[in-house]
Amino acid sequence: MTAVEARSDSATATGSAVLDLVLRFRALGLVLALAVLVGVTASLNPRFLSGQSVRDLLFAAAVTLLLACGMTVVVLTRGIDLSVGSVLGLSAYVTGSALSATGMAVPLALLLGLAVGAVCGALNGAIIHFGRVPPLVATLGTLYVLRGVVYFAAGGSRINASDLPRAFLDFGSGHVLGVPYLFAVSVLVLAAVGVFLGRYRAGRDLYALGSNPEAARLAGVPAGRRLMTAYVLSGALAGLGGVLYAARFGTVDASAGYGIELDVVAAVVVGGVAIFGGSGTALGAGLGALLLTVIDNALPVLRIDQFWQQAIVGALILAAIALDRLVSVRAARALRRKGSHVD
Amino acid sequence: MTDTAKTGPRLREAARTLATWDAAIIAVTAGFLIVASVSVEHFGTARNAGYIVLDLAPILLLALTMTLIVTTGEIDLSVASTVGLTGAAMGAMWNGGMALEAIMPLAVLLGAALGAVNGLFVTGFGLPSLAVTIGTLALYRGLAYVVLGDTAVADWPRPFTGWTLGRIGESAVPNVLVPLVLLAVICGVLLHATPVGRSIYAAGANPVAASYAGIAVGRLKFWLYVASGAMAGLVGVLWTLRYSSARADNAAGLELTVIAVVLLGGVSIFGGKGALPGVLAAVVLLVSVQNALRLAHVSTEALTVVTGSLLIVAVLAPNALVALRTALRRRRPTANGRTA
Repeated sequence: MTAVEARSDSATATGSAVLDLVLRFRALGLVLALAVLVGVTASLNPRFLSGQSVRDLLFAAAVTLLLACGMTVVVLTRGIDLSVGSVLGLSAYVTGSALSATGMAVPLALLLGLAVGAVCGALNGAIIHFGRVPPLVATLGTLYVLRGVVYFAAGGSRINASDLPRAFLDFGSGHVLGVPYLFAVSVLVLAAVGVFLGRYRAGRDLYALGSNPEAARLAGVPAGRRLMTAYVLSGALAGLGGVLYAARFGTVDASAGYGIELDVVAAVVVGGVAIFGGSGTALGAGLGALLLTVIDNALPVLRIDQFWQQAIVGALILAAIALDRLVSVRAARALRRKGSHVD
Repeated sequence: MTDTAKTGPRLREAARTLATWDAAIIAVTAGFLIVASVSVEHFGTARNAGYIVLDLAPILLLALTMTLIVTTGEIDLSVASTVGLTGAAMGAMWNGGMALEAIMPLAVLLGAALGAVNGLFVTGFGLPSLAVTIGTLALYRGLAYVVLGDTAVADWPRPFTGWTLGRIGESAVPNVLVPLVLLAVICGVLLHATPVGRSIYAAGANPVAASYAGIAVGRLKFWLYVASGAMAGLVGVLWTLRYSSARADNAAGLELTVIAVVLLGGVSIFGGKGALPGVLAAVVLLVSVQNALRLAHVSTEALTVVTGSLLIVAVLAPNALVALRTALRRRRPTANGRTA
């Protein structure tokens, strides 16, 4: 526990330059891995860095990046949200239907998606907090239930691009200065979540809850309210992800977002957010999501069989958690040497 | 979340509600089977019962070892991917011209080795099993694609595929029921009637206390992961022969169903609580509801909603009962005080 608590302070300085470097190694490592991967791929095929190729990559990364932000918030509290794929599907279908029926403006669609997701998130939060159901079980349950609801609502029908308003499709395919709108939305959310987690009391409380729930409660952290905040946020971002999904693909059927929860959890874990809470940043999770997308896009360029993609993701997850363990053991030893009284 | 297990009386109460949950799920299952046999056409026939057994076999087998692992407080999300990878490896070996008699034990051994990798990461390196097995879920499935790509191996010899679908002699009893019963009995005896089983409960209830009591918690968990992997290897063999098809996406997503039935059967995700009969009943319930819905031409999409809700209720109900009882108890003395 010592190590985890020490690492949760990594956003601020620990007072030791060496330790700081060890703790920041994580984000640095991810940036380095990204840089090496992009560098090698680009040197083999310079077109990998062409405007179109980069745009494709950012399009592909937008939704995972967004969901990774929400997942980070939940995982920090020692929770997990497996229902994000189903929430995304529900929100995509609801906003898609609303758009094709009313032709509403893009900002309204975004708000509607956020609201649908927030309601689902509140449901998760209520089951977990008031029902005292473990997050894994509760969100596995809502994964099934919400997907069932989407199937009921959609049946075999699908929403096609021709049903959606022109402005919405333009939002989905458009870009400013080479950056797709969708990716810009995700990055804005990432920045906001990062600031919330790092600078705001409610955000810091989430780290406290994740490091030591008992101690956090004794210290006066309103655990219930904070947990609700985390799940509502995760749900809302998954809902927003549904709108982005609809905008990107133009078609929505009942299976939208099926199985995406594992990609998101993978991104978060690779991004250095400890699965048992209290440690990690939104930036790390975002970099994790980006790294996974870059791998996905680089494989064909590197002439590696696309079938390797999932195996590489799995190996990365194992490497990431093993690395985390190593770093935290080292950090604990360093702290002990300094004679700190953290335990 | 640990508050429920904090004090003696509450613990006992929780244990009692869990015991009733166990009995309840068995009663519900029995009730459903009776009602469905009467009201749904063709449900109660011996032929349909055979189909149900065939459908529940993979879920049940995986749920047996999953129950043991979850009872120790760990989890194994990689089982379905292990099924996929062992199936894919079978296909590759078959394409390579090996004899099926040699391939089958090798597939089970491969499963055991994959389980040992999980066990090593969890117990050797002390990593959280949730994260490790999410990693191997992706890794093993990915390797299955690497081995077989998107091709299928379908030219399995008829005697073997026929056996998985066949019946014993002239009776209506499916062949697969024999290994099912055998393995269920072995796991049941192991968990409920041996020192190993007591160690599993002890390790799940309080790993620190268990290790002070002389239980090698790490070694126990390691071998449970090996067993889980070997079981998944066996299911890989069965799955491949039953559908006469080795594909990289065999059994994709089955891990969530397995976890769902284990929790539905009353096993606590925090470990230390649960029993095999409840899990067996939950498997039978889930698969026969699915079967009855199909026979009644109700969309199986309803089933996802039912499964999900049941899963939440399974955990919510005992908690709500405990909360209700403590609330009632708190009120009783004041009521007495008022009347006195």
